[in-house]
Amino acid sequence: MRKKHKTPDKRGYFGEFGGKFVPETLMHALKELEGELNKALRDRSFLKEFDYYLKDYAGRPTPLYFAKRLTKKLGGAAIYLKREDLAHTGAHKINNTLGQALLAKKMGKQRIIAETGAGQHGVATATVAAVFGFECDVYMGTEDIRRQALNVYRMKLLGAKVVPVTSGSCTLKDATNEAIRDWVTNVRNTHYILGSVVGPHPYPFMVRKFQSVIGKEAKSQILKIKKRLPDYLVACVGGGSNSIGLFHPFFNDKKVKFVGVEAAGRGVATKEHAATLVKGAPGILHGSRSYLLQDKDGQINIAHSISAGLDYPGVGPEHSYYKKIKRAKYVAVTDSDALRGFRLLSECEGIIPALESAHAIHYASKLAPKLKKNNTIVICISGRGDKDIDIVKEHIKF
Amino acid sequence: MNRIDALFKGLKKKRKKAFIVYITAGDPNLSVTEKLITELEKSGVDLVEIGIPFSDPLADGPTIQRASQRALKKGANVKSILKMVRSVRKKVKLPLVFMTYYNLVAHYGLSNFVRDSGKAGVDGLIVPDLPPEEAKALIGIAGKRNFATIFLAAPTSTKDRLKNIASKSKGFIYYVSLTGVTGARKKLPQDIVKNVKSLKRITAKPVCVGFGISNPKQAKKLARLADGIIVGSAVIKIIEKNIGKKDLNKKVSAFVKGLARAIH
Repeated sequence: MRKKHKTPDKRGYFGEFGGKFVPETLMHALKELEGELNKALRDRSFLKEFDYYLKDYAGRPTPLYFAKRLTKKLGGAAIYLKREDLAHTGAHKINNTLGQALLAKKMGKQRIIAETGAGQHGVATATVAAVFGFECDVYMGTEDIRRQALNVYRMKLLGAKVVPVTSGSCTLKDATNEAIRDWVTNVRNTHYILGSVVGPHPYPFMVRKFQSVIGKEAKSQILKIKKRLPDYLVACVGGGSNSIGLFHPFFNDKKVKFVGVEAAGRGVATKEHAATLVKGAPGILHGSRSYLLQDKDGQINIAHSISAGLDYPGVGPEHSYYKKIKRAKYVAVTDSDALRGFRLLSECEGIIPALESAHAIHYASKLAPKLKKNNTIVICISGRGDKDIDIVKEHIKF
Repeated sequence: MNRIDALFKGLKKKRKKAFIVYITAGDPNLSVTEKLITELEKSGVDLVEIGIPFSDPLADGPTIQRASQRALKKGANVKSILKMVRSVRKKVKLPLVFMTYYNLVAHYGLSNFVRDSGKAGVDGLIVPDLPPEEAKALIGIAGKRNFATIFLAAPTSTKDRLKNIASKSKGFIYYVSLTGVTGARKKLPQDIVKNVKSLKRITAKPVCVGFGISNPKQAKKLARLADGIIVGSAVIKIIEKNIGKKDLNKKVSAFVKGLARAIH
């Protein structure tokens, strides 16, 4: 019998990564959250309600679409797209916010908070706040507020308050600091909906649980279409929630190769990138031990990416673990190559992807021609690109 | 005996309470910090917490965030701060403890950090993002060198947690007065009295209260209850207002003396 893969351990570790590095004030709340989560995951009525919302509210399952023209153009492996861009609110983030909102409701919290980079997680949080009737504050760096104006407006329409964060690089890292500070202050009535597989235990585990629907669906869909498992799964990695969601259900299928695509920004040889796994080193930030971009003193570096959702100097501990045990390969794609991926999918398939997902598309477009025609690649299209139009306009002129 | 234990033993005999001040090392620069530490000792401070600035201080409010940024801009790091401490240790007798975030300690290496800090004349360490559950290695290393590991207790800590925090803490236990980040507050929560009393029932180790304390009145009230009072942001605000001015030390000293009178 195959040994069942079980991570994290009781202390929230994936190998040497993970843990709970937070102020004492939050320790009890984390324990309470862990208890409620474990109870909920065994509770049929909770799971039924979660499924109901995923299906009837978020529109799941999302299609696994055969990218016929793209496949033909690249002339190699067959490319399938997991269409998370078609989920309600336009990205995979809704899977996690629905799960956490249902938990927050069970815990009797009146208020939810979130950090956001691209604004997709912020929108998904504002959305569940509206549908379940929570008060909602979303922390967002002023740099991201500038470059993701559409999502800022959407959050406001949904009734959330967007709190501008002006510290540090004014991006996702700083928004996360500020959300944690809010949580430390209001922990008694507030649930913090972290948007990625980062943070202290049980967050990386919980977010993986809620995002695993991506990989579970993709697996049954590809088996139905191709009668076999794919050869490659390719997904972008910022904090790493869409990629873990896609990868994890295939963990024990050793023949399926995982590729996580990070943001190389202006190039991994420069200081302006967000390639945490490719270029970073282990350290402790935002509640867990994982790979980080840090300087010689252990101060956290400012990341850079054209895509706000990948612009983060940390990464989920489970990804660090996958890197360590060589279960996944991590690569990085530059801003300009991501724009190429963005354009390629738009023109070839009529799908305008998020700039985050465009990193994965570009990598897959280089991988596919090297493979045989009977090989299969699944790319996670983690979100739609409407939010990025203003940024892309600055780079692609007609 | 560790300087911290000696301090609390001495104070207990005199039925006095400890006055602890936090300042960020390198704010506005390390030579000012060195002078400030000697000035603090002269002004009635019993123990100084030296903050090693971190880029992402998530347990700190705006005042200490700004102080950290100022210090980092000037290039303060563990090495340069250790050098400053070696120098100031020749001038002061009071216990010194480091307060910083875990990534800086882990990055320097736990053993190296404890060894070099101890050699420089630092007596202990407070790490706000390191709960005792994650501190097994540090506790082991620090214990061998008689270097105090000071853990934080919070209003949200359960009784089981308080017991564990108390048993793992050396030197003193840092009771966080409120749910929140550091920063001067006009009002402090009502439940401090009850919470400190119940913590004191659990442990015989000194309990010092910090976070939010900004004036002599608050300090005096809490000093009746706890074994020590910690003031940080309120002092840093005075430093911030007087950066570059000749009488910075005097201004800080005047403010600190007021607090010392209230506590002692």
